Amino acid sequence: MSGSDSNAIAWNREALPPGAAQDSVVRGITGEIEEKGFVIANLDKVVNWARTGSLWPMTFGLACCAVPMIHAYMARYDLDRFGIIPRGSPRQSDVMIVAGTLTNKMAPALRKVYDQMSEPRWVISMGSCANGGGYYHYSYSVVRGCDRVVPVDVYVPGCPPTAEALVYGILQLQKKIRRTGTILRG
Amino acid sequence: MADANALQALGAAIAEAAGAVVEEVFVERGAELVVRARRDQIVPFMEMLRDDPRFAFEQVMDICGMDWPERAERFEVVYNLLSLALNQRLRVIVSTDEATPVPSLIHVWPAATWYEREAWDMYGIVFEGQPDLRRLLTDYGFEGHPLRKDFPLTGHVQVRYDETRKQVVNEPVTLTQDFRSFDFLSPWEGMTTLPGDEKVHQIRSERGQIEGPQS
Repeated sequence: MSGSDSNAIAWNREALPPGAAQDSVVRGITGEIEEKGFVIANLDKVVNWARTGSLWPMTFGLACCAVPMIHAYMARYDLDRFGIIPRGSPRQSDVMIVAGTLTNKMAPALRKVYDQMSEPRWVISMGSCANGGGYYHYSYSVVRGCDRVVPVDVYVPGCPPTAEALVYGILQLQKKIRRTGTILRG
Repeated sequence: MADANALQALGAAIAEAAGAVVEEVFVERGAELVVRARRDQIVPFMEMLRDDPRFAFEQVMDICGMDWPERAERFEVVYNLLSLALNQRLRVIVSTDEATPVPSLIHVWPAATWYEREAWDMYGIVFEGQPDLRRLLTDYGFEGHPLRKDFPLTGHVQVRYDETRKQVVNEPVTLTQDFRSFDFLSPWEGMTTLPGDEKVHQIRSERGQIEGPQS
């Protein structure tokens, strides 16, 4: 690993490589704790770091888009690396991935699950059907985009999107949280 | 593929055993035995098909509807039966209209309930004697029967979350762009032989397995 570090692209660009520079930062923090007993840090950044590092998705697999979503969770793409662990309960989730066709009959259930999620919460709309109705845009039974029912943060295009596309969408959401996230409520 | 002669013999045996219930027997595409039956006698006819050891159609695989708006009796109910014991299949067709109920097959095959509910939901075909004739697939409170030819493609309502009422509400359909069919200039329209497939098409037409325009 150590040999390829210079070529690797770090997802956290502020991370310091192990070495003298990192040691001096650590020494500075421990020094402050020993002298004053507390550390001053940017709380927003700490909170955003925690939030982006443990985005637990509420899996809402409605149709075939659920298959690439499952691929993204499984060993090859392994979203566990990003601290992303699929949850079966909306109470434990931070982000809802709407993967598939949202029908009129399902819309109240989707909204109910969204309402049960605790703040802060985000929504990723995955695939053409969830983005805007897609193939079923003119159907009598399909919602023309899940943003008519829940507020959407990231749209992942594709029919279905590849697992890479979903991972990219999740990384975009992490970027959004890092830029706009705040500890204030609402 | 089942032998067409065997299917003809089976159809003849069914017609003979059933008597006047059967209106027409024919073998479609040389492989599928179809029986047109009278609506009012359908329950004893189906019981005979199930119980007679020569036919032994133990299972109903599917019940579906069809809409032919130009006919006097616009709907057809299509029953697809399977005999595992004798490895044979049969399609029974009866016709009806909006007002006339079709006798339910719930006491012949209990599995018929969901199929009949679906046919009711999609076409509005009424099944007499079905104790649970609710909608199966469409939304709660849905109006109309969407697979009828006169049902508009986009339906009548769409849903949206209402921020003031804090619930998902129905409202009349509004489309930013109407549905357009771009297919009228398609070279594929009406083409029954795809390029590169001419030889297969020729063999099929010699065997009489192709309906419609020969190109």
